[in-house]
Amino acid sequence: MTAVQKRVLVNKIILALSTLSAVIAIAFLFWILTVLVMKGVGAFNWNIFIYEGSPPGYPESGLKHALVGQAILVGLATLIGVPLGILAGTYLSEYGKNSKLAHFIRDISDIMMSAPSIVIGAFVYAVVVMPMGHFSAWAGAIALAIIMIPIILRTTDDMLNLVPGTLREAAFALGAPKYKVIMDVVYRGAKAGILTGVLLGIARVGGETAPLLFTSFNDNFFTTDLNDAMPSLTVTMFNYAISPYQDWQQLGWAAAFILSMFILGLNIVGRLILFAGKRK
Amino acid sequence: MIDKIFSNLTRFSALLILVIVAWIFVELYNQSLEAIHAFGFDFITQDEWAPNLEKFGAYSAIFGSVASTFLAMLFAIPIAIGVAIFLSEIAHDKIKGFFGVSVELLAAIPSVIYGMWGLFYFVPIIRDIFGGMGIGLLSAGIVLSIMILPFMAAVTRDAMNTTPDILKESAYALGGTQWDVIKDVIIPYARAGIIGSIILALGRAIGETMAVTFVMGNVHHTPQHITDPATSIPVTLANEFAEADSSLYFSSLFELALTLLVMSFVVIAIAKFYFLRKERRGV
Repeated sequence: MTAVQKRVLVNKIILALSTLSAVIAIAFLFWILTVLVMKGVGAFNWNIFIYEGSPPGYPESGLKHALVGQAILVGLATLIGVPLGILAGTYLSEYGKNSKLAHFIRDISDIMMSAPSIVIGAFVYAVVVMPMGHFSAWAGAIALAIIMIPIILRTTDDMLNLVPGTLREAAFALGAPKYKVIMDVVYRGAKAGILTGVLLGIARVGGETAPLLFTSFNDNFFTTDLNDAMPSLTVTMFNYAISPYQDWQQLGWAAAFILSMFILGLNIVGRLILFAGKRK
Repeated sequence: MIDKIFSNLTRFSALLILVIVAWIFVELYNQSLEAIHAFGFDFITQDEWAPNLEKFGAYSAIFGSVASTFLAMLFAIPIAIGVAIFLSEIAHDKIKGFFGVSVELLAAIPSVIYGMWGLFYFVPIIRDIFGGMGIGLLSAGIVLSIMILPFMAAVTRDAMNTTPDILKESAYALGGTQWDVIKDVIIPYARAGIIGSIILALGRAIGETMAVTFVMGNVHHTPQHITDPATSIPVTLANEFAEADSSLYFSSLFELALTLLVMSFVVIAIAKFYFLRKERRGV
């Protein structure tokens, strides 16, 4: 075998191995998705939206409590996290720029983005749940907001940075004060990007379970009291899945299906917005 | 006037991030003081975790975290690099787009779902092959590797894609095969990025809770065998935090959380600062 033939052979082997690993990866992930869809669709029915949790064995059981709880928790977290994240991102992009402080904040925030979410849960337990004396929706929402802020901060910073400096200068030249330039020119220019960041942030915290385990805890009944433990789809899913009752496990799969569709939907919409913005 | 208020508001929000991060460290440290005083260094070297005797040693949990993450890396790294090579060098443009987006979307699936799948579908297979309970270190490592795979493949691909086309083209012009180009041009060029991506994925895997809580077993013994049930720091926290009943128990759990935070912070910081340092542009 000549050297060239050998190189071509090695090349073929490596490329085949690489394709094989892609096939393995896709096969596993496809397996998980298939299970999720089959189980989820199988367990899905309209009772889910009508009834709240009940002891195992009752036909009138659903996920209303968890769906509403999830919406409240994520909604509250969004209300807290999005403004803070956008403002902080604005500071980095428009005021801090390349200063040491701005870089330091970016680095720390980037690290926080990958920090274990269960640790955030423990922290919120210490500063919110312990002083209050009981689990609460507030605690869960605060934990989610802390996870959300670095994501929004990062995308806002990146997206504002894409707005051309000449646009800002043009606005300044018209005599606009800085806050007006940011509000009316920079934000407007980066609208699609910021919105995408917000959607991705919501999608990310929507799937979080660990930080809720001992902050908002869980409840098998419908509640809207923010000062009380609140059920969420993820924690409900966890509790139902590890329970020995078949009908609870079924509900767990239904919850998993609904949540995944919601999160995938947010991700797809976010990408489409960004894509449409880029094409313009 | 409004200008002042607005700029201060943004500065306050940005500084708030630093305050929160510092606060997390300080608060976890304060909460763990009782355990630190009670056990000192024994906390990380002893593996007896007996809440009823008020004895808390975290060795088995730390060992479980490190071992399950190591297993996950062992399975995920070769496959992720294979997928990244496939996506950046082999796949046709159309497939590339489709696979690329799928991989990114899969990275967004909540980890609790990987855990559920692992418990109901994967654990029985491990049980049939290796006997025992099926729940344990091996299952946790594999489920974790599958969970981390999309993220790792996506960031590794991004790192590989930073190689300028002109470098690759020159190598092809010299008669290099695709593998020659990959090993002699792309990997050397993107090495820091690839290593950084892998370490970043590792940092995430250490702190992952839900994917492994289902399949690890929460048994506070250092496993003797790869299929033995075990525990890890996040698994212990997830299972025991809401049930702890004494202040020393709580304090020990907080010390576990602090240990985990420090471990992942260091790993992620190494990935970010040492390997993934990017130059930022000026406005």
